[in-house]
Amino acid sequence: MKNDSARMAHFLRRKRTNRVALALAFAAMLFGTFWLAWILWETLRLGFESLSLSFLTENTPPPNEPPGAGGLANAIRGSLAMVALATFIGAPVGILSGIYLAEYRPQGWLAVTIRFVNDLLLSAPSIIIGLFVYAVIVVRFQQFSGWAGAAALSLIVIPVVIRTTENMLALIPSGLREAAYALGAPKWRVILQITLAAARAGVITGILLAVARICGETAPLLFTALNNQFWTTGLSGPTANLPVTILQFAMSPYENWQHLAWGGVFLITLIVLGLNILARTLSRDASS
Amino acid sequence: MTQSNLSPKPDAPDEPDISSLPVKLSVQDLNFYYGKFLALKNIGIDIPANRVTAFIGPSGCGKSTLLRTFNRMFELYPEQRAEGRILLDGEDLLASRGDVALIRARVGMVFQKPTPFPMSIFDNIAFGVKLFESLSRIDMEERVEWALKKAALWDEVKDKLPQSGASLSGGQQQRLCIARCIAIRPEILLLDEPCSALDPISTARIEELIAEFKTDYTVIIVTHNMQQAARVSDYTAYMYLGDLIEFGETEQMFFKPRRRETEDYITGRFG
Repeated sequence: MKNDSARMAHFLRRKRTNRVALALAFAAMLFGTFWLAWILWETLRLGFESLSLSFLTENTPPPNEPPGAGGLANAIRGSLAMVALATFIGAPVGILSGIYLAEYRPQGWLAVTIRFVNDLLLSAPSIIIGLFVYAVIVVRFQQFSGWAGAAALSLIVIPVVIRTTENMLALIPSGLREAAYALGAPKWRVILQITLAAARAGVITGILLAVARICGETAPLLFTALNNQFWTTGLSGPTANLPVTILQFAMSPYENWQHLAWGGVFLITLIVLGLNILARTLSRDASS
Repeated sequence: MTQSNLSPKPDAPDEPDISSLPVKLSVQDLNFYYGKFLALKNIGIDIPANRVTAFIGPSGCGKSTLLRTFNRMFELYPEQRAEGRILLDGEDLLASRGDVALIRARVGMVFQKPTPFPMSIFDNIAFGVKLFESLSRIDMEERVEWALKKAALWDEVKDKLPQSGASLSGGQQQRLCIARCIAIRPEILLLDEPCSALDPISTARIEELIAEFKTDYTVIIVTHNMQQAARVSDYTAYMYLGDLIEFGETEQMFFKPRRRETEDYITGRFG
């Protein structure tokens, strides 16, 4: 009998501990999501107000114009061009490097070194990357340019894509590789048609997340693409872009600029949200 | 008396003595190393053509390791090394300077876990064929159908060839892998515990296939299931700790083993 009541007390204490732990976890979750939801809400509320047709079709206006005049067309165009170029350069380099790390001598000294350097690059503050490209490209050509901006952004894409590609390839069971080799397939074919194909969704997810990341990067563009008030067609001069425009406009005392800054924030949030949802859907499809 | 729970084909005709059969694969003085660890010790065995030969033995005895030398699979791992000779129709495949792919086209392998490639059922079969032959669309369709029929899978998949290979059940996937393997017309089939991830019904179907295959192929199967070895094989080799302990006709191995160690393992006193 005594034993029974002791066991019961122990059981009740366990249940109580469980309830307390659950409550704490729930409170922490609420605390975190509260701020996130608030950020999203403010962005959507203030950004939505400044949306109009001219927002997408007109260039950045001079200060002190009436609110509603002008838009971010030049900044959107510049950001699109630089993000696309950076992805175009960074994704193939990242995928090929990831393949090297995962499929060729993953424990060799070269792979170990690359992995270490890549981890450094992955966690390097993006302003350092901006300064590096400034020193290497902008100073040499005596010119801020969209090319330099795209170069800086691609340096952010590469380590992200390397890491995800390597991880995704490493998840492919070795039995699948062996089965392909057992048929007499050469290594390049095993990698392209079997392992990379099996890891496809994960690799694409990595690229999408990298794109989402560079959409909002400001620091690497400050020293490279700078900004531009006008519509430009190439990337050879200072190039307007969303993050730097937002920075400049949000810091300004002019109300019409501040409105447009909120509009830009709204746009970037939407893009990043969309890319993340896409990436998530892709990786869910892959796992099912 | 101790073997009463095993019934190795009691009505099977007496197999001829091994030494009188044509040899397909002759292993001579084979040593195998994982780094510095000696995993196979001076193995010598003549595997007869067009028969089913089973390798049995406790985990870690080296039976899978031995199988993986027959198609030079071990070469994928730089720390693994084989010394000795493995003669395929008289030609040493370890010393061969030719492309290892040509050896693997002659020596096919099916693995423990089904490994469908991330592509359609049709392409799973066509993948291997395309490595060695350039067939017209019609010839390729014929070949795929032929291979799937040989693997007794055609009726189940003929209406869904464009679907992903991963959409099949485990047993079907394993037969897909067998079809993929025979589609490139090998001479030897290496089966590395091909049923250990399958349910009893799928296992029975694959065992039926193995019995049919020996008219066309030399089948070598590694299994940790002694009943399976007794059911499907003509000859059985017992390995222990990297040594080949005994090799002989399956019936003799299970009823009248010559070596004490073999009897202990087969009767379950050990292992």
